[in-house]
Amino acid sequence: MSRPAVVRPRIVLAKPGLDGHDRGIKVVGMALRDAGAEVVYLGLQQTAPQIVGAALAEDADVIGLSVLSGVHLAVAAQLLTACREAGLDDVPVVVGGTIPPTDVDRLKALGVRDVFPVGTPLPDVVERIFDIARQGGRSS
Amino acid sequence: MSEAPREVVTDSGIPLQPVYVADSVADGLEERLGLPGKPPFTRGPYPTMYRERLWTMRQYAGYGSAEDTNARYRFLLAQGQTALSVAFDLPTQLGYDSTDPEVASEVGRVGVAIDTVEDMETVFDGLPIDQLSVNFTINATAPIILAFYLVAAERQGVARKDVAGTLQNDILKEFLARKTFIFPPEESIRLVADVVEYASAELPRFNGISITGYHAREAGCDAVQEVGLTMASAIAYSQAFLARGLDFDFFAPRLSFHFSSQLDLFEEAAKVRAARRMWHRLATERFGAKKENSARLRFFSGCSGATLTAQQPLNNVVRSTLQCLAAVLGGAQSIHVMGYDEALEIPTEESVRLALRTQQIIAHESGVAKVIDPLAGSYYVESLTDEIERRAWALVEKVDAGGGLVELLAQGVPQRWVAESAYAYERQILSGERVKVGVNKYTDGSDVAPPLFEIDETAGDRQREKLRARIAARDAQAVGESLADLGRALDEGANTMPYIMQCGRVGATLGEIADTMRSRFGRYREPQPW
Repeated sequence: MSRPAVVRPRIVLAKPGLDGHDRGIKVVGMALRDAGAEVVYLGLQQTAPQIVGAALAEDADVIGLSVLSGVHLAVAAQLLTACREAGLDDVPVVVGGTIPPTDVDRLKALGVRDVFPVGTPLPDVVERIFDIARQGGRSS
Repeated sequence: MSEAPREVVTDSGIPLQPVYVADSVADGLEERLGLPGKPPFTRGPYPTMYRERLWTMRQYAGYGSAEDTNARYRFLLAQGQTALSVAFDLPTQLGYDSTDPEVASEVGRVGVAIDTVEDMETVFDGLPIDQLSVNFTINATAPIILAFYLVAAERQGVARKDVAGTLQNDILKEFLARKTFIFPPEESIRLVADVVEYASAELPRFNGISITGYHAREAGCDAVQEVGLTMASAIAYSQAFLARGLDFDFFAPRLSFHFSSQLDLFEEAAKVRAARRMWHRLATERFGAKKENSARLRFFSGCSGATLTAQQPLNNVVRSTLQCLAAVLGGAQSIHVMGYDEALEIPTEESVRLALRTQQIIAHESGVAKVIDPLAGSYYVESLTDEIERRAWALVEKVDAGGGLVELLAQGVPQRWVAESAYAYERQILSGERVKVGVNKYTDGSDVAPPLFEIDETAGDRQREKLRARIAARDAQAVGESLADLGRALDEGANTMPYIMQCGRVGATLGEIADTMRSRFGRYREPQPW
């Protein structure tokens, strides 16, 4: 079941795994806020259950992960599983970071809605996250 | 009606004249400069600089298991690299064993996995420690890594006095920018001081700390903030070591520094000249240094990853060349050049070799290393050096007025300065005010990724298998006793270094030692960014 369209999307951002590079996620968070989104940044070393708990509590329209340590496939898979187990199938997940081109489709095949490798222009990231929030739901 | 001409500024926003003349430089330049190797060290820490010895070429490397990393080091040394710089994986940096299920996917991913002293021995297998200078990029678990390295040196028959290198061991910049902290600030600084005290007493060729502006710069701050925050860190550490009862001239000669090298060539060279002068003044005026070496700033220059682009990746070779040149013009003691493919993946062997060749070409073909501090006396560079110093002192005063760096970090204040600078930088790229070739100008769709390093997915399993076998074979009672002794040292405030070394000798793991610390110190959670 898809959700109603949102005007002021609520975005939950998190750094999963042990990676501490948070320049990108903070810049994206500030740009999303300036564009009118409500942004909740959970911080570093967030586990899948912690992110799911926050997404439930905050009624998130989109969950965004940032990974620059190369473990994007593993942590995205863990989060998507935790989302399904919590009945959050309809909350889209996006991933940004140091992601080699060949892994973009692999992330999408896991169920990640959109991927923003290093070098994606900031306005594209913001616009695509807003579009995803407006569409809602995981079906695509 | 024509638009007013836009102000021309340096990378960190210092307004520039179209041309500099003799009057651009304030009076008293001779005193502000001195000679190389003489106070205030503006022109370099040593009288002979590259005439006597080139900078150390130190490429940051490490991945997978200890065997994989040993092979990469043999390759780099065979290519003419003159020293090593160890990259550790995140579980090692954050105090987890490779067998911890929570961190399984991170083992060996961004650096080498070190669980026990035996892994350290393998990393340096066939590489005589007494003939190497090794840099360790390690912070929260720095005392454990140093202890493991010293035990590995013992087993090679190397005396402590012959162990050379640098331990990063700068926890304040972890809270500020790099983010691999474990314990709260007070307990973290106590461990930093344990290492510095031990190294100052036992390891005459080893720097127990590298006070670092590099990571704040990579996280987004500008050159002036980088210098100001580094000096604020040096003040905070000096105060902490003095509070422990150490004499300034006991520890200060072995303090080393680490700066970034980015693309505004003259500003980058001026920045480190200003930093040397500032540290001399702090050491002599604020801390009353009596030894000249206490005021002599030596630094490692890391070329910038944040300025490299995923688009048109070969352009990064040119960017790295300029950054390395800036570091040489600034008088760096050792330099790392980034691989051109590092915006996409850890570097291939070919990319690492090209980065090293970049250093070698600048050293041997460009001619810039033939004369010491060749930019001295340039109206522009001297004026810029003075202006960076003036602005960086203003930042140091702001930090002092806020209660010092440790207090401000707890409030999240400098973290916000860095994040705001990073956001401003992105907006300048969006507006076109800042040109990035291949990103917002001269884009031509030729963004094809080069052949990338292929991750060996078996490294984690190989490492876990080895660790399980070692744990099964060790003397469990000796391990339990050494960990209990370490616990008592932690509780009683004794220097932990000898206790951690004993843990390493009997086969205790990095995770077990870190757990012993975690059980007493707890874990730190950082303040919200907004």
